[in-house]
Amino acid sequence: MPYSETSGDRIITSHQRGRVARFRAWVLVGVPFGALIFQAYVPLFYPPLAYLDLALLVTIYFAMMRHSAINGILVGCAMGLAQDALAHNPLGMYGISKTLVGFFAASIGVRIDVSQSFVRLLACVVFYVFHQFLFWLISRALLEKLVAFDWRQTLILSGFNAIVGLALFHFLDKLKDKD
Amino acid sequence: MDSLLNRFRSITVLLVVVVAQLILLAYSVKNPEGVRVIRLWAVTVVTPIAQIAETTRSTVWGVFHNYFDLRDARQQNHVIQAQRDQLKLENLYLKSELNTADRVKALAAFQKVSPSRYVAARIILTATTSASRIVILDRGSNSEVEKGMAVITPDGIVGKIIDAFPTASQALLVTDPEFAAGVVSQKNHVKGILHGAGSGKCRIDNVQTEEKVDEGEMFFTSGDDRIFPRGLPVGKADVVREGTQYKEILLYPSGLQAGPEEVLIVLAGVHAPIPAYEAPPPEQKVYLGPPVPQTKAEATTAALTTDADRLREHYEKLGKFENHKFGEGGVPNFNAAIPANAEPPVAAGTTTAPKTNAGTNSPPAVVKKPAAAGTATAPKTSAGTNSPPAAAEGSQASVPQNP
Repeated sequence: MPYSETSGDRIITSHQRGRVARFRAWVLVGVPFGALIFQAYVPLFYPPLAYLDLALLVTIYFAMMRHSAINGILVGCAMGLAQDALAHNPLGMYGISKTLVGFFAASIGVRIDVSQSFVRLLACVVFYVFHQFLFWLISRALLEKLVAFDWRQTLILSGFNAIVGLALFHFLDKLKDKD
Repeated sequence: MDSLLNRFRSITVLLVVVVAQLILLAYSVKNPEGVRVIRLWAVTVVTPIAQIAETTRSTVWGVFHNYFDLRDARQQNHVIQAQRDQLKLENLYLKSELNTADRVKALAAFQKVSPSRYVAARIILTATTSASRIVILDRGSNSEVEKGMAVITPDGIVGKIIDAFPTASQALLVTDPEFAAGVVSQKNHVKGILHGAGSGKCRIDNVQTEEKVDEGEMFFTSGDDRIFPRGLPVGKADVVREGTQYKEILLYPSGLQAGPEEVLIVLAGVHAPIPAYEAPPPEQKVYLGPPVPQTKAEATTAALTTDADRLREHYEKLGKFENHKFGEGGVPNFNAAIPANAEPPVAAGTTTAPKTNAGTNSPPAVVKKPAAAGTATAPKTSAGTNSPPAAAEGSQASVPQNP
């Protein structure tokens, strides 16, 4: 009989517990930090890479693989606020978006086996669109910025981010703690 | 209650975090400076990493950039060298073409002014042996070339046709030992026979020693050989030596000095007069400006350069001092001490102006005049000085009496 835990944060079976990825501390700190650095630095020399939201992909990955909604919320919040701080946005724009993405990604990670590539690809596409939509919504609703939501561009960029995310997730899988 | 909180803990955390961020967002919008510290932290944390990344990037990029630059430079160097070599070759080719065009133009001009009939030919081959001086021309019997015709350039004779084929002909150059042609000198009209000397020179035989030939005298064809029309230049006598019976005359053939590639074959020769000798223009009077005036000191130092000069000067001083004229009898006192301020004579028969010594402690200048014959005058001294009269000081010898 599968073990069930209903703590609110984790609703996982024993089978699912075996899939929870554990990472070393330096990975949990270094990878998000590296993603932020990359996002702030590399587009200086290669502007198309500004469309790559590496912070979002890292948030999705850690949220899904850790199977912890609170972890997802905290990672998303931290990444979003840092991104806001570096992008000189009003603090909370990316923060709220990524917090919600982290929460829902963790929720999906708990319920679905996210080690499959197609699931990851789909998750990246969906969460990218969701993230952009949230950002647009916050801009429009809270900051009263009259910006249009470009669905087509968002979908294209979501595909681009999903492909990169697939490779990134594969790389981050290597950094999992084997124990 | 606890179980409810546990059950909705994640939702609760989410709500708390989102609400907190909403408040933060509202606050940061209302008061952007209020959240500056968060931005400061973010930037402070990120900046050192970015600096390290930038330093690493610029270093690595610089190394690669320099490497590729050098690689490119090397490739460019190769390309430029190849282009330069190509241009050199093209330049040589064009120069050669230009020279050829010039020569052809000169030949055409010569053909126009000359009464003889010519056909232009090109030297296409040379003899395979080093002993013979034979060339092959690209004109033959098809172009009316026949054996025995003269081969010339506007500068002088080159040789003669020794064999004519339909499309080519062989010519014996003037430097070949087998070659012979009648020549005559321009100035003295001395006739001789031109033979090749084997090397680059020719010699003129059968010129008697009594006949006069100057070095540098120009020789022309005499027309006696019935090959070369009269009046074609042959060359200037380079060496003229007296022999036992005949003169030994060597010359460089003027027709070969430019290394001919295009020549003229004389199809029908017309004799022309030997150009009249024109003596070089007499030496004209050349204006020379006055020499640069020399100062007295320069003249003295320039003149007195050896011990003999200095001894002569000493004796002249002595003679002046003792009023003795050398060569007129008597012997001056060569041991007499001459005062240091006695001026050396400038020129015979001249009088130096007295120097002004007012207010100085230096010895007075001596005004010296050449003494008249038969008189004895003591050297004058200027008054009003602290030094004793120059003539009296140390003078042990009496004033010599002139005979």
